[in-house]
Amino acid sequence: MSTESKIERHTIAVLVDNEAGVLARVVGLFSGRGYNIESLTVAEVDKAGHTSRITIVTSGTPMVIEQIKAQLERLVPVHKVVDLTVEAPGIEREMALVKVAGTGERRVEALRLSDAFRARVIDTTHSSFIFEVTGAPDKIDAFVGLMRPLGLVDVSRTGVVAIARGPDAM
Amino acid sequence: MAATEMTGAEIIVKALTDQGVDTIFGYPGGAVLPIYDALFQQNQIRHILVRHEQGAVHAAEGYARSTGKPGVVLVTSGPGATNAVTGLTDALMDSIPIICLTGQVPTHLIGTDAFQECDTVGITRPCTKHNWLVNSAKELTRVMHEAFYVATNGRPGPVVIDIPKDVQFQKAEYVGPQNIVHKTYRPKIKGDIDKIRQAIELIAHAKKPLFYTGGGIINSGPLASQLMRDFVKMTGFPITSTLMGLGAFPASDPQWLGMVGMHGTYEANHAMHDCDVMINLGARFDDRVTGRVDAFAPNSKKIHVDIDASSINKIVHVDVGIVGDAAHVLEDMIRIWKAKAIQLDKPAMAAWWKQVESWRAKKSLNYTHSDEVIKPQYAVERLYQLTKDRDTYITTEVGQHQMWAAQHYHFEKPNHWMTSGGLGTMGYGLPAAVGVQIAHPDALVIDIAGEASIQMCMQEISTAVQFMLPVKIFILNNEYMGMVRQWQQLLHGGRYSHSYSDALPDFVKLAEAYGAVGIRAEKPSELDEKIKQMIDVKAPVIFDCRVDQMENVYPMIPSGAAHNEMILSDSKDEPAVSEEGKMLV
Repeated sequence: MSTESKIERHTIAVLVDNEAGVLARVVGLFSGRGYNIESLTVAEVDKAGHTSRITIVTSGTPMVIEQIKAQLERLVPVHKVVDLTVEAPGIEREMALVKVAGTGERRVEALRLSDAFRARVIDTTHSSFIFEVTGAPDKIDAFVGLMRPLGLVDVSRTGVVAIARGPDAM
Repeated sequence: MAATEMTGAEIIVKALTDQGVDTIFGYPGGAVLPIYDALFQQNQIRHILVRHEQGAVHAAEGYARSTGKPGVVLVTSGPGATNAVTGLTDALMDSIPIICLTGQVPTHLIGTDAFQECDTVGITRPCTKHNWLVNSAKELTRVMHEAFYVATNGRPGPVVIDIPKDVQFQKAEYVGPQNIVHKTYRPKIKGDIDKIRQAIELIAHAKKPLFYTGGGIINSGPLASQLMRDFVKMTGFPITSTLMGLGAFPASDPQWLGMVGMHGTYEANHAMHDCDVMINLGARFDDRVTGRVDAFAPNSKKIHVDIDASSINKIVHVDVGIVGDAAHVLEDMIRIWKAKAIQLDKPAMAAWWKQVESWRAKKSLNYTHSDEVIKPQYAVERLYQLTKDRDTYITTEVGQHQMWAAQHYHFEKPNHWMTSGGLGTMGYGLPAAVGVQIAHPDALVIDIAGEASIQMCMQEISTAVQFMLPVKIFILNNEYMGMVRQWQQLLHGGRYSHSYSDALPDFVKLAEAYGAVGIRAEKPSELDEKIKQMIDVKAPVIFDCRVDQMENVYPMIPSGAAHNEMILSDSKDEPAVSEEGKMLV
């Protein structure tokens, strides 16, 4: 029996043929086999080549993570699967749009803090801001946490996108 | 190549013909009428009309497993597609190549809840290897050829092509199969040579080795079976197999230990538990085989050869995992083995065989014979003795009779045993037998059945009659869903909740009603004569073999127990099943 049973968080990049139903295949695989999805992003990355890239953040024991990768590779429209936590350590970024409503001192404090996070104000009214903030997921968590007492009303997050360091393609 | 314009329906038929298809199993309906019209106007493809779409898929499975070719199914939209789902799931679990064409409502009606509309690709996504909805006849030729490629390459499996009715009428260009290359799907066929060397190293130093083989050997083809036989002979090691792998190695060979697993032999399971090197070729550590995973072959190094990378380390951690086709990997193994001129540890081998023989001496398949009532094991034994010298193919339904067939019918060749292993589909055996008989018109094809299972796809006897297929349905009739009853006896205090087959039909009269032949045997003394009579009839036969109602399948590894905790038929005690064991199926 495997002794390694601690839960690990992995970011996996999947290059797929951009055909109908491909996202359903990936999501169905995770739900059907009881794997976790912490975040999932998808978009076409090569229009001419008709390929999309899916970035999945998941967690499980090392045996389960290996199984997830093998199961993904087995899907017919999948070109390639790369574990950006193990095989090719990567950089992760997430973007969030954060709406904060308030006036007076709270409003000033929100603006001051957003500066510390290098968040941009992309919409404003007399009683609200929408910030655009980019960074690793824990930075977004921290920013959202700070905004909560200052009048946080809405958050929209992209989920994690990731790419391997260095000169090579995935 | 000259470009030829054809209708979608004509493209389908042309693609099937170019893929070498001679037989399809199907059932017409509104959304496939253009395809049926195209079939009507040609003579190359024979269409076998089934009585239910589930039967079509199982028949195609029987055809595929007995020939090594893919099976082809044609059904209509909506209920036609949903009825096929059980068969597709069965084929997925047992890795059977099936191409299932489903009709769909015309493209402009998709999503409107039209008559006989269902989301076929959505419903079949988890029960196929891959599926396609064809939106235009221009895509049809590529999808048709890709479907055959995907279904038959790598780990085989079922695929669905969903074709809206308007696409069947549209005209487009047809392209031959040689011009289609799949964009992404490239299964790994050759095993990693370093890993194969590591495996040989482990095998060379084994003291208590065991081959554990599975359906992957059969799926790989006759060459894999032959190479496996050669390698097993070269090493002199004992060999066992899963339910799906029966026939790949001849049961008459002294190195054969019988089937492994829940109802496997004492010698196979003990050898599995005690081995120090396990060589898994094309088996997948299914729960019916492993029993309690944490007590599974605890002191062994494990080698696992599988064409599906996701099978390796899925359930049991292995020491050497080799992704590749069994025949290719075996070829490499044999080459390296010969080149190294390996000397095995002879005294260790002798001691291991002595141990194996002592387990074999338990004769774990023994049962108490009776002169009064036909024991089901005796019925299978007699069936085996009276049919083994013919070209005989056996299919089964699911339950006790299936296990007795696996234990007491002995297979010498691959592709002669069709059973629903992974999904455990009651109703599989009769339509599968229809498919086998279509592929092998002169062979003796017998569905070893139970009286409960047979009623799940009984309607296919009508198909057998229509196409003059002399399949033999050999029912071990104990008037119970026997395996359910056995578990209720062992696990639920003998409370036989809804497992009695009440209001059974008179199977002899039923056969006659369908235009088949009915035979009944009630006493051991008349069994041989009746079986011979059944073999001689050149028509479909329903054989109602009335057997001991309360017989159980032994030996047995109770749920949640280890391989060395088997119970035998002569054990006086009922098995102790742990609370965790009761949770398992």
